[in-house]
Amino acid sequence: MSALDVGAALPRRKIEILPALTPLIVALVAAPFVGSASTFLTLTAAGIAMGMMIFTMASGLTLVFGMMDVLNFGHGAFIALGAYVATLVLLPLAGWSASDSVALNLAAFALAILAAAVVCGALGWLFERLIVKPVYGQHLRQILATIGGAIIAEQLIYALWGPDQIPLALPAAFRGSFVFGDTAIEKYRVLATVVGLAVFAGETLILNRTKIGLLIRAGVENREMVEALGYRIDRLFVGVFMAGSALAGLGGAMMALYRGQAHATIGAEFLVLCFIVIIIGGLGSVGGSFVASILVALIANYAGFLAPKLALVSNIVAMVVVLLWRPRGLYPVTGR
Amino acid sequence: MSAGLALEGVHTHIGRYHILQGVDLDAPGGLTTMLLGRNGAGKTTTLRTIMGLWRASKGRIALGDRALHSLAASDVARLGVGYAPETMAVFSDLTVKENLILGARQGPMDDRRLAWIFGFFPALRKFWLSRAGSLSGGQKQMLSIARAIVEPRELLLIDEPTKGLAPAIVGALIDCLKEIKATGVTILLVEQNFRVAAEVGDEVRVMDNGRVVHRGSMRDLAADQRLQMRLLGLSLDSHQ
Repeated sequence: MSALDVGAALPRRKIEILPALTPLIVALVAAPFVGSASTFLTLTAAGIAMGMMIFTMASGLTLVFGMMDVLNFGHGAFIALGAYVATLVLLPLAGWSASDSVALNLAAFALAILAAAVVCGALGWLFERLIVKPVYGQHLRQILATIGGAIIAEQLIYALWGPDQIPLALPAAFRGSFVFGDTAIEKYRVLATVVGLAVFAGETLILNRTKIGLLIRAGVENREMVEALGYRIDRLFVGVFMAGSALAGLGGAMMALYRGQAHATIGAEFLVLCFIVIIIGGLGSVGGSFVASILVALIANYAGFLAPKLALVSNIVAMVVVLLWRPRGLYPVTGR
Repeated sequence: MSAGLALEGVHTHIGRYHILQGVDLDAPGGLTTMLLGRNGAGKTTTLRTIMGLWRASKGRIALGDRALHSLAASDVARLGVGYAPETMAVFSDLTVKENLILGARQGPMDDRRLAWIFGFFPALRKFWLSRAGSLSGGQKQMLSIARAIVEPRELLLIDEPTKGLAPAIVGALIDCLKEIKATGVTILLVEQNFRVAAEVGDEVRVMDNGRVVHRGSMRDLAADQRLQMRLLGLSLDSHQ
């Protein structure tokens, strides 16, 4: 028997279930108030899809914040940039998007979100080297520098694309809804959910099944010790920052397609939500961000339907309640 | 036999504090050198400076003929320096297995070496897939040391491994340190427990106020109560 197998029958690490069930609990509590089953299903499906898009944007931020201890207020710039890069791909491919071929529709969509991720990842490298690296370990300066970087990026977007919103048409295959009885679920929401789940699965796989993932998780907890074991944490930082920026771009592209338009303010609009999500989830926890994204989106949807005025503050209320229950978030990462 | 360690005139500043004030220290290759001294003497700072976690503002640090003082911690580790800090610094969110995987930087863990480690730390085998954060203090210390030795090292820096541990666990740790020592690795060990130091150490260096104020054999220091009283304010008898 290999020495690595010696613990096969021994106790495995326990995962707390209750925090993961919070979206389900919220849904069960909201269901009787919503009343109609079809409305409830539509609201829930929309909430899950929105949660997946928020998660895609926020998961990079939680790693950057958790591991690098960097308050990156420039994250929103990559969300906006991803939206604009998607327009650069989709507008010339309008023929593919309007085609009756599902394959061409999918290809146009895939190219758009991949381009958004790749461009944002590459610019993330530049942002980290020029703006973030000089202010490691200095939170106040990080806030100032990254906000400054975000303002420059936003103004560059205005200079390159102009101040107007750019309409972004969904590929034909993703327009309309799937109808089940009285329940209508938009096709794009299903696609957004699939992409979000794929991102989550990919991140979970990398973080738990690869040595790079182990290093990232260890780095979130104790960067110094990772270095003392012989790993070059600065290179890992750059990689994580690039991945975080790429995910922001991917999420921005998805969100722009959902809204049918790209605008430079989309980044600032979702940045606050991303911070709320990573705080609720537990800084540095990808799984926590996943649960928190769905939780926040579901609460916003149910609140928007039941008490529209409450929807304006539902995210903050959710954060306060969760932090009163678990002060370090749903799935706190030790050491943060 | 592993290479010896040498520090010449090493100064370390932390913020505005001048902690190490010209440390001259040698740890002969293949031997266990105890680094003793009162709290605040600069022992932990010395280990961290050797490891590259704090940069020496002046002086020279060498492992054999390789200079360490200008290297980052990751490069120091890559030269074969293992470090078990006073805080243990196990990755609490990772399992015992994952902690050791990270300790084996050069590749997959060697099964025979792992079996050797399990020989003196059976608890690590028992809690192989448990979160390190759920281990007791003694088990975390075992994991910290195991992580430092999961690959063969040239030099081991171990900071107060017995601090706060129950006597039974201290005994197990002493056995472990003797086993590690038998492999011929150079060890620089900070220890407050004089009985442990006397049992494990070959050489001893005593620090005070950021300098090494005594060097000699551990056996001689253990046998000389007046010297113990003068250097450390204690005698071995009071620790038995």
